Amino acid sequence: MNAVIDLPGALGRLVLVFLGAIGNTVLFGLNGLSHLVRPPFYGRLFWRSFIDFAYFSLPVVAMTAIFSGMVIALQSYTGFARYGATSAVANIVLISVVRELAPVLAGLMVAGRVGAAMAAELGTMRVTDQIDALRTLSTDPMKYLIAPRLLAGLLALPLLVLVADILGVMGGFIVATAKLGFSAHSYLTNSINFLQWNDVSLSLVKAAVFGLLVSLMGCYHGFHSRGGAQGVGAATTSAVVSASILILAFDYVLTEVFFAR
Amino acid sequence: MLSADVPKIRVRGLRKAFGDKVVLDSIDLDVAEGTSMVVIGGSGSGKSVLLKCILGLMKPDAGSIEIDGLNLADIDSAEREAARGAIGMLFQNGALFDSLTVWENVAFGLMATGRVSRADARAQAAAVLAQVGLAASVGDLSPAELSGGMQKRVGLARAIASQPQILFFDEPTTGLDPIMGAVIDGLIVDCVKRLGSTAIAITHDMASAARIGDRAAMLFGGRLVWQGAADQLLDSGNPMVDQFTHGRRDGPIQMELRK
Repeated sequence: MNAVIDLPGALGRLVLVFLGAIGNTVLFGLNGLSHLVRPPFYGRLFWRSFIDFAYFSLPVVAMTAIFSGMVIALQSYTGFARYGATSAVANIVLISVVRELAPVLAGLMVAGRVGAAMAAELGTMRVTDQIDALRTLSTDPMKYLIAPRLLAGLLALPLLVLVADILGVMGGFIVATAKLGFSAHSYLTNSINFLQWNDVSLSLVKAAVFGLLVSLMGCYHGFHSRGGAQGVGAATTSAVVSASILILAFDYVLTEVFFAR
Repeated sequence: MLSADVPKIRVRGLRKAFGDKVVLDSIDLDVAEGTSMVVIGGSGSGKSVLLKCILGLMKPDAGSIEIDGLNLADIDSAEREAARGAIGMLFQNGALFDSLTVWENVAFGLMATGRVSRADARAQAAAVLAQVGLAASVGDLSPAELSGGMQKRVGLARAIASQPQILFFDEPTTGLDPIMGAVIDGLIVDCVKRLGSTAIAITHDMASAARIGDRAAMLFGGRLVWQGAADQLLDSGNPMVDQFTHGRRDGPIQMELRK
């Protein structure tokens, strides 16, 4: 009986905790971003994060994009063959890869690779007092640790997605010409004619938002981790899970805002 | 130089609680300029919390903390940062930045000011490493390549590199063998004397407390239950201090054991 009576209260507390977490995360992100326009700037740390984000994620993002493009070509061909609409395969591959698959899958891949690494590194720094040590050395951890990582995420993922766009379309092209009997010239002509600048630019906007989300989740959960090795592990899991969910949620919101007619 | 009646560090009515657990309660503590205060107490007695409150790493629930007569709560953030910038800290586990080399760790505070070039900072780091008995070649190693004793020395070098007026030591000999502990204590005493710094060390190592401290205080149950000269620690006349310093099982301090 008590449990039933307590249910609204428990739900209310849950909502308050949830809203509090959102508020704390937003304030944390704004605080970190505000340091990008206030000196001193740590260029070396930005470049280190940027290289880690962009260069070292390139192989996994490239593989994901190529295979996704290949699968879309195969799936759309077998589906459209029922209606005699196989000529649309090039267009479907293009729009699927550029608008959706490249930004979303690249975001999910870097959430698993870079977001987890950020959370683990910052979490270890937290539980071994390294973040406190920064403060005793007249260095603001938000400026030194967080701001460079947020900027790296914001700028690196669009570059990765640009590469993924090209490789994803190439994957579809390879399957279409080598297996499905399309002519290379007509496939490429179709793709180029169908491509709109709007698709690419908004795909890059998505990528920038997803990159920022990956960095923000990695930094937030790592920075606030506690409780030793177990806490660092939990922070890493939270960073990846929350970034993945946010990427999918923001993907819908951005698609609704930019693409829905 | 401060007037004789103004301590370098003055703590009044300091209180800090985590939920229902009161860790520090009505703490009053004065540390005169140029002296070393050792705070002893059992594990979980709030020693590290006391240091973190003075450093500004934790916000106390009540009370005041003055450095050079300035209440840190009453001054603007720039003055507060300047006051705290005059404090060097040796953390319990060293807290060395593992993404940086040893010399970058030691020179971190110097480079953070922006007034020292990287080349000059490296030269100064080598000189400070020499003060704690480490060769300049150690500067190119990463912290993970160092033994526990060497990490403590590097942590000490980092703490003293900017020649702070105040030095804090959090369990400086924990995890070290007795000989290395004595070496670290000797280095701490040398550094404090050379810099003329005011120091607070927290420890439950009685040998270390006797070597480092001019004055001593004991924390128990969130309160300072005794203060006096460090050389009176083993013969304080206070039953709690006596039980603690002699490591007796029976006495006024009862450990909470679950059965």
